[in-house]
Amino acid sequence: MSTSALTEIIERYRGKPGSLIPALQKAQAQMGYLSGETLEQISKGLGIPFSRVFGVATFYSQFYLSPRGKHTIKVCVGTACHVRGAGAALQALEEKLGVKAGNPTEDLSFQLETVACLGTCFLAPAIMIDKDYYGEQTPKTVGKILKKYIGGGADAGTPDPEE
Amino acid sequence: MARFKTFKDIAKYREKLNKERDSEATAVRVCMTGCRAKGADAFSESLKAELKKRGLENKFKVIETGCHGFCSMSPVAVVEPGNIFYGNLKPEDAAEIVEETVVNGRTVERLLFADPATQEKIVKEKEIPFYSHQKRLVLKNCGVVDPREIDDYICRGGYAAFSKALETMKPEEVVEEILKSGLRGRGGAGFPTGLKWRFANKERSDKKFLVCNADEGDPGAFMDRAVLEGDPHAVLEGMLIGAYAIGSDEGYIYVRAEYPIAIAHLNIALKQMEELGLLGRNILGTKFSFDLHIKEGAGAFVCGEETALMASIEGKRGTPRVRPPFPIQSGLWGHPTCINNVETLANVAAIIENGSDWYASMGTEKSKGTKVFALAGMIRNTGLVEAPMGMTLREIIFEVGGGIPNGKKFKAALTGGPSGGCIPEQFLDLPIDYDSLAKVGAIMGSGGLIIMDESTCVVDIAKYFMTFTQSESCGKCVPCRMGTKRMLELLERITDGKGTMKDLALLEETADIVKDTSLCGLGQTAPNPVITTLKYFRDEYLAHIEQKKCPSLKCKALLTYTVAEDKCKKCHKCAESCPANAISGQKKEIHKIDQAKCVKCGMCHTVCPFDAIELS
Ligand SMILES: Cc1cc2nc3c(=O)[nH]c(=O)nc-3n(C[C@H](O)[C@H](O)[C@H](O)COP(=O)(O)O)c2cc1C
Ligand code: SF4
Ligand code: SF4
Ligand code: FES
Ligand code: FES
Repeated sequence: MSTSALTEIIERYRGKPGSLIPALQKAQAQMGYLSGETLEQISKGLGIPFSRVFGVATFYSQFYLSPRGKHTIKVCVGTACHVRGAGAALQALEEKLGVKAGNPTEDLSFQLETVACLGTCFLAPAIMIDKDYYGEQTPKTVGKILKKYIGGGADAGTPDPEE
Repeated sequence: MARFKTFKDIAKYREKLNKERDSEATAVRVCMTGCRAKGADAFSESLKAELKKRGLENKFKVIETGCHGFCSMSPVAVVEPGNIFYGNLKPEDAAEIVEETVVNGRTVERLLFADPATQEKIVKEKEIPFYSHQKRLVLKNCGVVDPREIDDYICRGGYAAFSKALETMKPEEVVEEILKSGLRGRGGAGFPTGLKWRFANKERSDKKFLVCNADEGDPGAFMDRAVLEGDPHAVLEGMLIGAYAIGSDEGYIYVRAEYPIAIAHLNIALKQMEELGLLGRNILGTKFSFDLHIKEGAGAFVCGEETALMASIEGKRGTPRVRPPFPIQSGLWGHPTCINNVETLANVAAIIENGSDWYASMGTEKSKGTKVFALAGMIRNTGLVEAPMGMTLREIIFEVGGGIPNGKKFKAALTGGPSGGCIPEQFLDLPIDYDSLAKVGAIMGSGGLIIMDESTCVVDIAKYFMTFTQSESCGKCVPCRMGTKRMLELLERITDGKGTMKDLALLEETADIVKDTSLCGLGQTAPNPVITTLKYFRDEYLAHIEQKKCPSLKCKALLTYTVAEDKCKKCHKCAESCPANAISGQKKEIHKIDQAKCVKCGMCHTVCPFDAIELS
């Protein structure tokens, strides 16, 4: 993040009670994740010990301390989606992307995450890629959807029998 | 825009709006919240374009609303007058709706709801069984008003209750009215709201906070979200009344950051209230002042617990602390703090407006009013349901919910999410309220209602919830931190086919200890799913342990995988994915699984494009 953007955020929250979390949220929104350097600057800027800043940043699942993939895939593992087979869809995505949930793919094109209830239980099992929802996901459908984001490449989707 | 300076101003403004609006009798109410996931925005755009094309855009209004409740028909819209309900809408349908319904006053048959039993079409929204069995009090504006328009809310009587309280009632009288109504906290515990307000009112302090808990952590529940998205002013009016009753001049709404639409609608609502003079200094010319802030949660289930929530607002790690002191005595920054749930607050205005007797006439002896449930899982009609307290589970599942799809049998209902329990078939006729649910070992919880059919494995569900609570445990106290981990390990052993009867005994013992000795509600209730599934479905646990079988064919490690020769299309996908090289056969050959090598990971079943891997 440009230092000036961060300085601006720090200026906005300096001295206000309860401002650490909003400051971290704004900083992350700017740069995508919170680097050690960013955390240090926030700690100095707000006059909050680094240990506390780090403690807060690691406590909440919303904060990321490492770079993230370009497209975020959120697989809902809420109860409604779980009973309708979210596990299989997740397993298939992990297999296709070659990463476990909570991680970016090696080329940083995708970020695979799990969430608890997207609020669209009528779509269960539901996944969300960036801002788009996809419902009734099975191991077969997730492959086809990934293709849209890879730009037609890779060997996702249903192969033709025999040839 | 007007600015209200006296009580009369609100009523006058409402009158003026209602006069202006008479001319706009025809409107299409389109759900634009959850239904966006299925293309409601494209439908709405196409509808607006179609009206514009015909020069009708000023005569017929498209009202973009919150959730109508009947989400499984998504995207949905209702045409007024006539109350005509259309579902599964596509952008292409807009032209026909305008031509037939808006212009010619006829219904479009194919878009109507069809009764699954008789295939008979039902025209009116309120006559569809999903709606006709409900009592919509909290949800009365959801799906009706545009949540971004405070005028819509005011037209339908909004802020009349607040004005009435401020003008004609002392704070203590408001407290007593809520107490008499029998309203109990909808956040899970069911504590009488009037009593909480009385304690808060009696605290002597020049600073008190009122907090709305909109953290909604149950992973399968979306009631509070729907209310905030669809009718934010109902909650905000409740907060104004509450703040007046307890003597608070500053409030917070703690809302999950995962709810962007709710946050956006709240921000709009607050701005409109400020403009109209419903927030800020000396509201309606009285001594009452109130400021309101939105705090976004950052993704931690435990922050729904009130002391953790306050720590989070203060900018700290959201870990609970020992009570007492209770938040009412010492809360945010040491000041008395009253915390209420979204749905609790959404009930308040109606009680003040219609009186406590009216409210107390609904429900059961000790649970008054209604409860909103998020109905989901193995059920035909997924959506939001508001039922009077005391309705039976059978009515909710089979009348409102339309029963279990695919000819499957009902197995159990899960209430209260990770803190709740399962309710088996024998209790289907139980009138649902706080006490009856507690009696059978479940809890009302915040309103998540997940239906399981015979294909759902209860041991897997217990493991699912334990995985959730274990990862959400804040780690502050030992019983919860260690106990949930141990319980999860024991459940994993059982679903992996390695469980013994000793493990089962240890599981039960650990569950009791965690329940009795954890610091906060998260740990104290985490064993509930295990305890209730063991109570009602012990034989399923025994099948996993003694026969190494999962009767519902869900626990992968207990299944046998075979290739169905008639379905195998020889694509080789399964063999490529098998981590144990247990599958033999080349492309163009029928594949075969070597049971001795198979590690039962389930991958072949997941990847086979032709469903040729069979489970037994
Ligand atoms: C682990 C845990 C999570 C909770 N999550 C929520 C929640 O998401 N929403 C809520 O209103 N109450 C939640 N509660 C209950 C609150 O602590 C509190 O009782 C409630 O907000 C009080 O409001 P009410 O009296 O109006 O129900 C939770 C409690 C615990 C122990
Ligand atoms: S019970 Fe669990 S969540 Fe609650 S304080 Fe203890 S460790 Fe934290
Ligand atoms: S279940 Fe797993 S190990 Fe067994 S055959 Fe299928 S892919 Fe291979
Ligand atoms: S549980 Fe997945 S969307 Fe609600
Ligand atoms: S989200 Fe549209 S009807 Fe529920």
